[in-house]
Amino acid sequence: MTTTGLAGSAIGAGELLGLYERMAVIRRTEKAAHDLFLAGLVKGTTHLAAGHEAVAVGASAALRPDDYVFATYRGHHHAIARGATPEECLAELMSRATGVCKAKGGSMHLTKASAGMLGSYAIVGAHLPLAAGAAWSAKLRGSGQVAVAFFGDGATNIGAFHEALNIAAVWALPVLFVCENNLYMEYTPIGSVTAVANPAADRAPAYAIPAELIDGNDVVVVTEAVSRAAERARSGGGPTVIEARTYRHFGHSRTDPATYRPADEVAEWLRRDPLDIARGRLAEMGVAPEQVAEADERAARLVAEAVAAAKAAPAPDPREAFTDVWADGGSAWRT
Amino acid sequence: MADMSGGAAGAGGAPGGTAAGSAAHAAPAAGAEQAAPAAPAITYREAVSEALARELRRDPAVVCLGEDIGRAGGVFKTTAGLFDEFGPSRIWDTPISEQAILGLAMGAAMTGMRPVAEIMFSDFFAVCWDYLANEIPKMRYMTGGQVTVPLVVRTANGGGLGFGAQHSQAVENWALAIPGLKVVAPSTPADVIGLMASAVRSDDPVVFFEHKGLFASKGPGAPPGHVVPLGQASVARAGTDVTVVGLAATVPMALAAADRLAAEGVSAEVVDLRCLIPLDMASVLESVRKTSRLLIVEENPYQGGWGGTVASIVADEGFELLDAPIRRVAAACVPLPFADALEDEVIPTVEKVLTAARALLAY
Ligand SMILES: Cc1ncc(C[n+]2csc(CCOP(=O)(O)OP(=O)(O)O)c2C)c(N)n1
Ligand SMILES: [Mg+2]
Repeated sequence: MTTTGLAGSAIGAGELLGLYERMAVIRRTEKAAHDLFLAGLVKGTTHLAAGHEAVAVGASAALRPDDYVFATYRGHHHAIARGATPEECLAELMSRATGVCKAKGGSMHLTKASAGMLGSYAIVGAHLPLAAGAAWSAKLRGSGQVAVAFFGDGATNIGAFHEALNIAAVWALPVLFVCENNLYMEYTPIGSVTAVANPAADRAPAYAIPAELIDGNDVVVVTEAVSRAAERARSGGGPTVIEARTYRHFGHSRTDPATYRPADEVAEWLRRDPLDIARGRLAEMGVAPEQVAEADERAARLVAEAVAAAKAAPAPDPREAFTDVWADGGSAWRT
Repeated sequence: MADMSGGAAGAGGAPGGTAAGSAAHAAPAAGAEQAAPAAPAITYREAVSEALARELRRDPAVVCLGEDIGRAGGVFKTTAGLFDEFGPSRIWDTPISEQAILGLAMGAAMTGMRPVAEIMFSDFFAVCWDYLANEIPKMRYMTGGQVTVPLVVRTANGGGLGFGAQHSQAVENWALAIPGLKVVAPSTPADVIGLMASAVRSDDPVVFFEHKGLFASKGPGAPPGHVVPLGQASVARAGTDVTVVGLAATVPMALAAADRLAAEGVSAEVVDLRCLIPLDMASVLESVRKTSRLLIVEENPYQGGWGGTVASIVADEGFELLDAPIRRVAAACVPLPFADALEDEVIPTVEKVLTAARALLAY
């Protein structure tokens, strides 16, 4: 396992400003989702990823458009990072016909297959073998694609994690296992239920998989780590585990106030906000504050328009309940 | 169906229908399959590897994975010869990781492959049930049709071989309970080949139950290009007095019972469902229209077994066709015991089918 701190970077100022803007879009989308939930316009549940933006945006920056991404129920950031629009994501949350999954998936299942975002999965750990399978497929087809599974710290204690790591190593699959370690599985500190200090990175050596423990709040660090791992995967070097330390700004789900987290811990992590870190890097690179402000404004406008459009969109046609079970588009189970 | 003279009669060792019965039988749908010419007999076990080999030859996207399926040829030898013909890039031995087997199959199916995954015993579905219950069947629907999951999960199913409670269950009803899975359970070697062709070519996920008790049974093979569409029952034996509906191993059981009933002057029609999803209720209702009596023979436990679904549809839609109550011969509601004498108490037998049929005819 290697530990990577703030590294000198090959990412230019223009590219970083683009990554910043995408993170700003995600941050504002999550805030909008929160407000819409409180307003009763989003039913069921949400698991917001505010605070995790750098993991999704950094990884996306390092991947090819045809690579595959698999995320969890906390996956809005991955959908948007890969190219889903805030409008189609918010419309999905708000049960609108224009939702990215036609309002059949909801917050926990955002998917944008045309952008290689192959789903958000709500059974903890289930998608790690799927990512390995997509990587196996890429290997069989000789396509040079890689697959990435993003998952929480809590997922490292479920069997599918271990089955996926083992077979990925044995078959040398081009897959990246990226743990977004936000220190909590739901309401329980991960350290209190896990035998090792770093839940993903410390397990990787047992499967002979190289691991990196990185700052998941620095988009540059994430981009570089994922680039390295993807390059190794594409050149036949097999899987990598990346454990990205991060922190969620909202509670686990819905309106969870997250009172189980110590105030000083929260304050410390809010000081390490991924948008602030990117802003600091932009300043260091000589990007004018006005340019950053313009990016923020564009993000705000995009999300405000997305909210308005999603609110205005119609509910799904009730007959949609009976489509898309089978590949023929229907749901008939008798002949 | 058009294959009355084909595989179905062969596996059960039962003759085809009486001339009168055949003449009276109206095919419920235009048979899409050809009656097999007298192909050389093969075992059900050999039919599995033959079926897979045909699809592997036809389509380079087909790839097999499972425990011991490669050089070892499978614990039931149902993949014998595949590794030699197709090599390690098509036939993949996996670790004992049922979640990884189904998860990898699903991920590969979502990205352009047509995987055929083997779960050694259907009882082991319980350790990878998330994939069968939550992931594979729901992906297309939850994403509004964005994702296609064309895969086959093959498994050895069913009792009668003394493997005990954790290696003998008939669990096709588990799969039946999940919207989004197609469920296939052939009873003859020719149907294994024809239904596997449809299963592999299907863009929907298919769970393919191979019955352990049938592996050694023999029947006519299948001509090249043999395809049996999913969702078409077959009339394994035509008759006029009682309809006996079976699936997989209960089809030859029903055919054996029908032989004995014929000696008693009773003409039983045996309908082989072949698939649970899609479920060909049109053929069952058509048969009941003729016989007015329905006996369902299933290896699932009576509680939750597939026969309950068949019975409820006939009660709903065919009530006025019936001259007697619908009867079910199903497994008892206990775990499967080990000893033959005990296992026979629990699962259906020819004797139990006969007893039930006679009572139904006397009603
Ligand atoms: C198999 C399974 N068990 C439990 C749950 C309920 N659950 C949903 S999220 C969650 C916590 C997961 O924590 P972690 O993996 O760290 O991800 P995070 O929510 O922190 O992003 C739990 C227990 C579930 N969805 N699936
Ligand atoms: Mg967590």
